[in-house]
Amino acid sequence: MVELVQLLFAGLTTGAVYALVALGFTLIFQASEVVNFAQGEFVMLGGMVTVFAMKAGLPLPLAALLAVLVAVATGLLLHRLAIEPAKGATVVTLIIVTIGASILIRGLAQIVFDKQFHALPAFTGDEPIRLLGAAILPQSLWVLGGAAAIVLGLWLFMERTLLGKAVRATAANRLAAELVGIDTRVVLALAFAVSAAIGAVGGILVTPITLTSYAVGTLLALKGFAAAMLGGIGNPVGAVVGGLLLGLLESFAAGWISSTYKDGVAFLVILLVLFALPQGLLGRRAVERV
Amino acid sequence: MPPPEPLLEVRGLRCGYGRIEAVKGVDLEVREGEIAALVGANGAGKTTLLRAISGVLPIRAGSIRFAGEPIEGLRPHERVAHGIVQVPEGRQLFAPLSVEDNLRLGAFRRGRERTEANLARVFALFPQLAERRDVPAGALSGGQQQMCAIGRALMAGPRLLLLDEPSMGLAPTLVEQILATVARLRGEGVTVLLVEQNAVAALSLADRGWVLETGRIAHAGSGRALLDDPAVKAAYLGL
Repeated sequence: MVELVQLLFAGLTTGAVYALVALGFTLIFQASEVVNFAQGEFVMLGGMVTVFAMKAGLPLPLAALLAVLVAVATGLLLHRLAIEPAKGATVVTLIIVTIGASILIRGLAQIVFDKQFHALPAFTGDEPIRLLGAAILPQSLWVLGGAAAIVLGLWLFMERTLLGKAVRATAANRLAAELVGIDTRVVLALAFAVSAAIGAVGGILVTPITLTSYAVGTLLALKGFAAAMLGGIGNPVGAVVGGLLLGLLESFAAGWISSTYKDGVAFLVILLVLFALPQGLLGRRAVERV
Repeated sequence: MPPPEPLLEVRGLRCGYGRIEAVKGVDLEVREGEIAALVGANGAGKTTLLRAISGVLPIRAGSIRFAGEPIEGLRPHERVAHGIVQVPEGRQLFAPLSVEDNLRLGAFRRGRERTEANLARVFALFPQLAERRDVPAGALSGGQQQMCAIGRALMAGPRLLLLDEPSMGLAPTLVEQILATVARLRGEGVTVLLVEQNAVAALSLADRGWVLETGRIAHAGSGRALLDDPAVKAAYLGL
């Protein structure tokens, strides 16, 4: 029982980060059909910029804010310099463009920062909280709470504001969006900015638990992609469900089988989903009559 | 007194997709308050021409002036802000969004007060939409979808309404209802450029018209004159 609770919380914590990465994938994919494999680099930038800004003397909240701004600027530049000029390219070309961008961002991070692993202090101490006999890190609650707040905020934005509806309208029908006067280029830039911010916040929240380095983005992008596929790519609820599920699968695989295979779980999930359930758990069930 | 300047003036327009040039040098004018009809067979270039006017398709040569100003350099959303609003072929609604959200997005470039007033106007014009305002637009019947598409365009407060095949796939009574709405809009001061395969219906309604044939204008004149033209009759009206 104790072990179960322990694994459950560990799984939900990493799962929440995968969910945020998957949500970033979903947001950009919906607005543009671009699968942005540079998504993991936003998480890396969130952690790394915070670490180095704190080393330079900034308090945590300011360092975190700076990190989010750097990630957003990177996201906007990625859109402006790499995605926008490739307008009209095939999906595969765009995927290669984003992979190239992620390699570039990683390389720059290695030069600007360093190759070491870095930690952040836990936001509210390291004293574990006892729950049903298991020891839960307070930082886990920050990750879960932060992820929940982001999901809720994003949902409110998409469902309740005209700008959010314009994003959904662009996702549903780009031509029609242009014909009603929505500047779809701005919508896409907005999708990149918001995705970058979400990824960066995830990176800041989780760094006190998992450590960070210039290279953490690659694996996170792949796992976030696996989570998005599992949930059904293009579906925000699916992204969250897929992320949490993948985190739990990893956690239980590590706890009950062997931690050696932990990272393999995500790839097994991608393969199984592609073979057996290509539309994902909550894949598109479009309401449409032609 | 010289005639007033046309609201829309297209000169020598060429555009297309890839190697295919679908519109090969078209001239046309639409005056304020008119219904103008562009008819022709499937593939004649009618939709392509409307796309170029809306700015969702780049032009290769020629000019487009709206209310006296050149607009070729404007992006689609800027043309909407100028009052050029299109109801595209096949409705193109935001299927997963509600009817009301579809309509409100039509007024994306308008202020809040105008939006509420226009929403009331559209619901008065199409009471069926008011009844189904919370339904996803994709779940509407074909006729209601066309009403929603027209309503969405009216929300933008158009000066020039571009209508692409509004009768397509609709039952005859619905076609009549939609075309009656078009006539009514002219009464409210909206200028309409109507593209139709249903040439008789469109030309009967139109002040002026053109027959487009493989990217070029083959016949031009008043709606009445085109309906009476033996060549047009034989080729397009099936009379």
